[in-house]
Amino acid sequence: MAKMKGATVVDTERCKGCNLCVVACPLDVLALTTKEVNRKGYNYAHEVLSDTCTGCASCATVCPDGCITVYRLKTE
Amino acid sequence: MTREEIIEKGQVVYKKPTLLNDTPMHYCPGCSHGVVHKLVSEVIEEMGMTDKTIAISPVGCAVFAYKYIDVDWQEAAHGRAPALASATKRLWPDRLVFTYQGDGDLACIGTAETIHALNRAENITIIFINNAIYGMTGGQMAPTTLLGMKTATCPYGREVSLHGYPLKITEIAATLDGTCYVTRQAVHTVAAINRAKKAIRKAFEYSMQGKGSNLVEIVSTCNSGWKMSPEKANKWMEENMFEFYHLGDLKDTGAVK
Amino acid sequence: MADQEITLMKGNEAIAHAAIRCGCDGYFGYPITPQSEVLETLAEQKPWETTGMVVLQAESEVSSINMVYGGACTGKKVMTSSSSPGVSLMQEGISYMAGAELPALIVNVMRGGPGLGTIQPSQSDYFQACKGGGHGDYHLIVLAPASVQEMADFVDLAFTLAFRYRNPAMILADGAIGQMMEKVVLPPFKPRRTEEEIIKECPWATTGRIGGRKPNIITSLELRSEEMEVINLRIQAKYREIEAKEVRYEEFMLDDAEYAIVAFGSAARIAKKSIEIARSQGIKVGLLRPITLWPFPTEEVKALAGRVKGILSLEINAGQMVEDIRLAVEGKVPVRHFGRLGGIIPDPDEVVEVLKSSF
Repeated sequence: MAKMKGATVVDTERCKGCNLCVVACPLDVLALTTKEVNRKGYNYAHEVLSDTCTGCASCATVCPDGCITVYRLKTE
Repeated sequence: MTREEIIEKGQVVYKKPTLLNDTPMHYCPGCSHGVVHKLVSEVIEEMGMTDKTIAISPVGCAVFAYKYIDVDWQEAAHGRAPALASATKRLWPDRLVFTYQGDGDLACIGTAETIHALNRAENITIIFINNAIYGMTGGQMAPTTLLGMKTATCPYGREVSLHGYPLKITEIAATLDGTCYVTRQAVHTVAAINRAKKAIRKAFEYSMQGKGSNLVEIVSTCNSGWKMSPEKANKWMEENMFEFYHLGDLKDTGAVK
Repeated sequence: MADQEITLMKGNEAIAHAAIRCGCDGYFGYPITPQSEVLETLAEQKPWETTGMVVLQAESEVSSINMVYGGACTGKKVMTSSSSPGVSLMQEGISYMAGAELPALIVNVMRGGPGLGTIQPSQSDYFQACKGGGHGDYHLIVLAPASVQEMADFVDLAFTLAFRYRNPAMILADGAIGQMMEKVVLPPFKPRRTEEEIIKECPWATTGRIGGRKPNIITSLELRSEEMEVINLRIQAKYREIEAKEVRYEEFMLDDAEYAIVAFGSAARIAKKSIEIARSQGIKVGLLRPITLWPFPTEEVKALAGRVKGILSLEINAGQMVEDIRLAVEGKVPVRHFGRLGGIIPDPDEVVEVLKSSF
């Protein structure tokens, strides 16, 4: 059965750590860093459950700063 | 299948519109402005109007909108954007002309310019960000501040006896003969964002088809001014703002013809 | 020749006809006495059917000037007209245009103030026109017509100067010049510039990114003080250049004059009659008429101070231009002011009496 696999790439330097992508993701793929911060001092979003991402792009759609690029690949 | 393989072989399903440049936006984390900037950029790109757009920025949080969206911009005085847009569109009728304004700019100091530009049926679109507060100046009461809502200039909550009622300027706009499309949207969820994008596209198309003036209100959050996290601000907006500011189309005369 | 036809019309009407003829792209205005004939004449002439000029009655002077601001951003030739109380309302937009360095024409057909004042002629907006008027360090190029002919001629001149320096220009007339009818030869028709011409002449304008050029942004905002000072210094340097190159004035019977009147606009016409009367009584007096009020003919007034025994500033106000005269004269000769207020125009005979008693 065809299955959608996705991946997100976060521009971590542009990210302001608003957490809206984390909330929007239906599969808990993303989380904010707890320790690491970017050059502006924000905790930033990153993938924590890469395998589960389907590439639905909800995270990127709600991101106010356009930090997220989403890729999707159909697998058999 | 590794993440790297998906990135390498997969298709891009979402990326920041190229019209939205790489300059970091000054908006607070989670601010609705960013989402609307993306939508406006996407629509201009998709319509192929990059080289034919003239935008007018307000005074307020979006004063620097011109730094982020790569079209020609005019930075107006507080509230006057619709006057600039009226002249610009009349002088360059084949250009896409829109203003981008907040509630203080549009519904308070610029009420006259807004109402009259809309009622003259200027073939422009007004994007109206309503977060019920003056964000840039530090969270003061706006004409659209809800009753009971606390701001820096109504710290005990907005009271009718002191401050009068919140203004539903979009409802007023819908009664004007000059308006073609008047709608109220939000950008707090994926579904809402998709609807808002369609609304902006429709408004821009009507502007170019000469069908009259168009107002797209986006009920928005100001998590800094409201003193909430972006997530909580979205919830608060759903529970409080939408009750007073109903989402949906208020008027659409463009489609009937 | 049709273009050279002599017609009889009001100063306000001449402004409107000249605007159409000089290739003006847009007029945005609001009715106010004593200048309403400008908008009325344009509406009657329907230039949108001939030259394609846009004419729009705005909801206020605040809106008119911001329409002019928007129009000027796009590189088009745009203008407005009003009278004193309306021009007060426009100061915000004028300051923004000066800050954003935009060419435009503002016509002020002055009436007496302060406040709602009167609808009769006055020159009491000299300070407002010449010293900035709105907030910030800026100047308008200010032209003072003294006849209906100059009302017509200065429209094109004002646009030329405004575009040469990317700075708003003002025609500072008064209710008398606006309302009086005189013979006038209207300027010949000049076509409106094409889109290509505008894009070539105004590469800074917000025309849309034609040809994929970088975005043009028109703003007067710069939050970084170091940058804002640089912008201010550049604008000031432009003002110094205008002062050096664009002073305009008229001399009348100054060759043998022992006394001089300095007067502009309507007051200069009265001065000429007063000079005729005074000379018939043996008083050798002449006139220096500033045509540009800003830049003010400072050097010319200074030179005058070396030749005459006294200078009378004749103004239809309580004494405004007299300050610029005194700055130029540097105390070398006595400088007196005479003016009438509230919309009263001085009588030539009373000016002669003032001349006799002043020096």
